[in-house]
Amino acid sequence: MSAVMKHRLFWPLVVLLALILLNTVSRPSFVRITVHDGRLYGSLIDILRNSAPLMLVALGMTLVIATRGIDLSVGAIMAVSGAVALTIIQDSGDPANPAVLAVAIGTAVGAGLVCGLWNGFLISVLGIQPIIATLVLMLAGRGIALLITGGFITTINSDPYKFMAQGYVLGLPFAFYVSLVAIAIVALIERRTALGMLTEAVGINPEASRLAGVRARGIIWGAYAASGLLAGFAGILYSSNIMAADANAAGLYIELDAILAVVLGGTSLAGGTFSIAGTVVGAFTIQTLKSTITFLGVPPAVTPVFMAAVVVVVVLVQSRRFRRFMGRLPARLRTWTSRTPDGAEAAS
Amino acid sequence: MSHSDAETASDALVAMRGITIQFPGVKALDGVDLVLRAGEVHALMGENGAGKSTLIKALTGEYAVDAGTITVAGEPRVFHGTADAQSAGISTVYQEVNLCANLSVGENVMLGHELRRGGRIDWRATHRAAAEHLENLGVELDTRTSLSTHSIAVQQLVAISRAMVTDAKVLVLDEPTSSLDRSEVEQLFSVMRDLRARGVAILFVTHFLDQVFEIADRCTVLRNGRLVGEYPLPSLTPGSLVQLMLGRELDDLEALSSVADRHVDRSGAPVVRATGTGRKGVIEPTDIDVYPGEVVGIAGLLGSGRTELARLLAGADHADSGQIEVAGKAARLANPRSAIDHGIAYSSEDRRAEGILGDLTVAENIVLGIQARRGWRKLRKAEQDAVVAEYIAALGVRPASPSTLIRNLSGGNQQKVLLARWLATAPALLILDEPTRGIDVGAKADIQRKVAELSARGLAVVFISSELEEVLRLSQRIVVMRDRRKIGELASHDVDVDAVIDFIAHEGQEGAA
Repeated sequence: MSAVMKHRLFWPLVVLLALILLNTVSRPSFVRITVHDGRLYGSLIDILRNSAPLMLVALGMTLVIATRGIDLSVGAIMAVSGAVALTIIQDSGDPANPAVLAVAIGTAVGAGLVCGLWNGFLISVLGIQPIIATLVLMLAGRGIALLITGGFITTINSDPYKFMAQGYVLGLPFAFYVSLVAIAIVALIERRTALGMLTEAVGINPEASRLAGVRARGIIWGAYAASGLLAGFAGILYSSNIMAADANAAGLYIELDAILAVVLGGTSLAGGTFSIAGTVVGAFTIQTLKSTITFLGVPPAVTPVFMAAVVVVVVLVQSRRFRRFMGRLPARLRTWTSRTPDGAEAAS
Repeated sequence: MSHSDAETASDALVAMRGITIQFPGVKALDGVDLVLRAGEVHALMGENGAGKSTLIKALTGEYAVDAGTITVAGEPRVFHGTADAQSAGISTVYQEVNLCANLSVGENVMLGHELRRGGRIDWRATHRAAAEHLENLGVELDTRTSLSTHSIAVQQLVAISRAMVTDAKVLVLDEPTSSLDRSEVEQLFSVMRDLRARGVAILFVTHFLDQVFEIADRCTVLRNGRLVGEYPLPSLTPGSLVQLMLGRELDDLEALSSVADRHVDRSGAPVVRATGTGRKGVIEPTDIDVYPGEVVGIAGLLGSGRTELARLLAGADHADSGQIEVAGKAARLANPRSAIDHGIAYSSEDRRAEGILGDLTVAENIVLGIQARRGWRKLRKAEQDAVVAEYIAALGVRPASPSTLIRNLSGGNQQKVLLARWLATAPALLILDEPTRGIDVGAKADIQRKVAELSARGLAVVFISSELEEVLRLSQRIVVMRDRRKIGELASHDVDVDAVIDFIAHEGQEGAA
């Protein structure tokens, strides 16, 4: 049992299951999955579907954080990507044409990649601090997106485009497959090649890695490029879900959710060793928490407070120091109560 | 050497009994006892990896013990953190002084104990109190000066004063003398004697045997996480103490002395030849060459330019003058990676900051050098296991477990892992900067033996060390540095330590004149 508890995914999974349990207890229909027209429906299926954009962004964020960095611009990159895709589709006049969609998606994801490369250039070549470097694009990105859409919210009507966020394949949401493929590709690249270890080395100690011959610049640059690319895909999913490119709302605050997902998954913000599986659990946890808020009918006005409270509890549960403190609390209280009546003993 | 329980109970200030601490995959301590009495200097001796640091961390509350008891002044204690140990009167001064360099001396001494008046800190009174505490130790300092402007020795004394502010009954000094010169050591020792006379129990950890015999009253010897015994020092000789620490006689180093006389064939092209290589403001243009199978020592004081020269040869810093030839062809060493591609491996003097990757395993730390050159293409598992097993065995890394995190290893074993990392890349030139600093006699001998063995097989080595005996023992040729430039070259079989010291002291001045 203790071996299981020491596994780095133990507490993240406990938190996720506890959230699901909380929902189920308050309303058992939470875990109910119904089949309708050969498709699965239910709150859990919604979580799988809705978590896709966050999942993609959090995967990229994991790599960036592993190099001791941070990427605040992911939400803005999503806005850019959505704006590019929808503008191309709208301008084409043929929104259902697969070739148009391919060009639109390719260009949009490419725009995300360019944004990521720009971040990586500022950080790995010019040596600007990650939080500052990505803040640039976080602020400028939404402006760029507005420029692309001409200041309007671009809306389109295209069934194939809609399919990406809202369609079903083999009974499960298509967006969930996108998540799965992204997870698999990132995990394979990081763990089947040496990239993961080299990334960790750079994150743990950049100077020692440099002296050991690791090309840190390329690795850091690559992490931001991957983050931009994944945010580009996330932007497609987001715009496909609402069938509109809203430069101000797309991916708003998703960088914070992504950072939280990475941390909940057990990857330290100080960089170094990272866990892809942990981030996956973390992203699901955050999406479940969001569903919880709707599901329990928390009033919108107090949603931020509720969310914050839950996050504090979740982070505390995962803190080893806090658990040790709680474990010793009964003993401490006993000695405290037994000593206080006798002042002399406490003073000694 | 056993004491009856009655005796220890009466005069023991701290009694640690049966202390056992388990790390993942390693039993760091196994049933160790340590008894500190009021008014004694107690030396804690053992090789690297013997468990000294772990025992200290148990005493200072940093590690929780898995078994065993700690009694302070007759009262059983369980420490849940360093604050608990401090409130029990146990203070520690670490090897790397842990003070706030950007605060003043006075603020550092009184941190957390500032004198207050009307809810605000009375800085004048606080500084006066700090000055008194320092004077008690015979130190006169302007307490308003920034701590960072003082030498490590002074900072150490400030750290001790700080411990005395908290009214420490037990003072733990972890390698306090490793970066002090002789007169600074004298000053520290007089402070220690004074504290001893006032009834403080001092636990003294050091690698310098002569210092142990100079100041300590008693010592506890550990080996491989177990207690060897507790001995009053007058009953030991340096030889018998080393024997207790190692559990074997140490004749090996004697056998190495013939290495320096070995003939080196200098007819072919040197592995590396630097001509006029320098960097503005760091090191003046310098010539150096190393031939296959040769060990070239670099002698010189700290700051003489020896590390700076090594870094230029390794591409860690960029040379702005001169040429470097590798195997007879001009080479541009723009960064460590290009030096590595030319077969030059460099092990930095700062193991922790520039060597190990603490959160990675021993195996990962070893293969990192190979892996960095291969890029993404991962070493096959079987290949990696073979390399790791080979070097762990060849260098005697303990514990011999590839999956242990390297930060759980002792300094000497970390150094062996770093050596393994570089040897695994099959270099033509190995630059070792202070490879034996802060590691114990046994590991030192292992590393020296390995260097001698490798050079005999044709590896070129540049060997830098503050210990001239070591440089003389291993190198055929010695480059002497002073004031950021090379002042000469000596053939090591012509000279002894005194001659080298003399050369450093006088030759440089003549050259400058």
